[in-house]
Amino acid sequence: MLNTPATSTQVTHGQRLWLYATVALVMTFLVIPCILVIPMSFSDSQYLEFPPRSLSLRWYEAFFTSPEWIQSAVVSLKVAGLTTVLATVLGTLASYGLYKATSLFTPITRGLLMLPMMIPLIFVAIGVFFVYARFGLNNTITGLVLAHTTLAIPFVMIAVGNGLKSFDPNLERAARSLGASPVTAFLTVTLPQIRISVFSGMLFAFVTSFDEVVVSLFVSSGANSTLTKRMFANIRDQVDPTVAAISSMLVALSIVVLIAAQFVKRKDA
Amino acid sequence: MTLAMDGAPGMPLNRAMLKSARRRERRIFSGLALPALVLVACILLIPFAWLAWLSLFDAAGNLSAQNYARLLRPAYVGSFLTTFKVAGLVTALCVVFGYPVAYLLSQLSARAAQILLVFVILPFWTSVLVRTYAWLVLLQRNGVINDWLLSMGVIDEPLALVHNLTGTIIGMVHVMLPFLILPLYASMKAIDPVLLRAAANCGASPSQAFRQVFLPLSMPGLASGIALTFVLCLGFYLTPALLGGGRVAMWSTQIADAVSKFSNWGAASALSVALLVVTAVVLWGVRRLTDALSFSAGKP
Repeated sequence: MLNTPATSTQVTHGQRLWLYATVALVMTFLVIPCILVIPMSFSDSQYLEFPPRSLSLRWYEAFFTSPEWIQSAVVSLKVAGLTTVLATVLGTLASYGLYKATSLFTPITRGLLMLPMMIPLIFVAIGVFFVYARFGLNNTITGLVLAHTTLAIPFVMIAVGNGLKSFDPNLERAARSLGASPVTAFLTVTLPQIRISVFSGMLFAFVTSFDEVVVSLFVSSGANSTLTKRMFANIRDQVDPTVAAISSMLVALSIVVLIAAQFVKRKDA
Repeated sequence: MTLAMDGAPGMPLNRAMLKSARRRERRIFSGLALPALVLVACILLIPFAWLAWLSLFDAAGNLSAQNYARLLRPAYVGSFLTTFKVAGLVTALCVVFGYPVAYLLSQLSARAAQILLVFVILPFWTSVLVRTYAWLVLLQRNGVINDWLLSMGVIDEPLALVHNLTGTIIGMVHVMLPFLILPLYASMKAIDPVLLRAAANCGASPSQAFRQVFLPLSMPGLASGIALTFVLCLGFYLTPALLGGGRVAMWSTQIADAVSKFSNWGAASALSVALLVVTAVVLWGVRRLTDALSFSAGKP
């Protein structure tokens, strides 16, 4: 087995053992923190240990019985839901508009809309905090949704743009020549064809908002604190195992999202 | 003849109408990007212009370069140096660990690569806050890593792995690795394996084929991966703030402190403008470099 060639340049598997070992180490490094936190969250003691000496649901109970934690989780879900809707609509419209009409301004427009992905979050955070203070938008759901939507638009545009790249424009032309208005043609021909991309854009938008920390840290507080803001404060000030329970649920959530994305991709293929 | 006479005056009119209809439609389609554009302008561009304007005035409201002169103070210069040191170190470690992973992934069958990619994508989809918290728990004084090292007899007393530079670097490498691996993997996938076989046929040893054919062809992908990682590191706030324990003063933590601890908007805005300028310069420089690299890699 080890002496069989591994590549077309006649390297054997035996000669590449060091490569396999390195990759295995890096993969372990990448996955361990995401996985270890799950068993540790079932620990019965104040100190997180692995393996936990005795199991309990104590920290999950602490989360579900705390009004503050539940309140912030509700805020996060509300903000992420609204952001998903707004970012998907705005991002899809923009992506489609740029696809249909190419002009001198297309590259500039696209560049501007991609900007939120490239600018350091800390800068977005203080800029938004500064401007919101003048319009009374700090600590409001509206303020959070607007900021998160801006951050999510580039991801929606990338996803939808990919879908449009493989879309056959003749289908839409056929619809138009048969008398469909531009809106009807888009809604009944184009949108169904790119729905998988729009859906993955939605997924990205939701995760972008739900996991966002830095902007929320500055523009949310009190009753409108997001889950991540409360977690950040908690991690910084005391290491409370309740956060381990929340983290495990979030890891479980990302596994579900990953499986959903794979499933959608397979169905698409 | 009459037919042609009838058609002739109509045609230019028709064409003009079609042209104007097409132009109108194009305007409407361009307008579809407008709502998103307005939002980005309100959330990003206006704050940026406002802060940049603000950075030009001193506390008394007079036009001055005071805020920028302050950036030369030792505390700020120190934080710039720390930022570049951390960003450079993290990027270098990501290259060392990420390149072999991307290489192996690109050589595997599609099915095997898909399975191994899950190991890269799962952390990518997991919240940075959760991962940073996990490292905090693993690396702390009585954490899992120290426990294991103690019980195996590698060390006699717990190491300080967190609330310092070491912890910051470990956490940041973990966050940044997928950003390097994924674009690098995509560009390595695009390298034609026939070229390597050709090199072998021409008598190149496997290491020669790798060094003279594969490595140069993977350079543009590597350069863009490095640029992305480095730029993300420059403005990274979360992990240094939590794993640095206040001991690792980065650019981003200085900006946050200037606002939340001192309410010094002059300093914060000057720092932000400087950070944006450096980010833009790095991105621009790397794009030039990538263009040059892909040009030379494309040459026979």
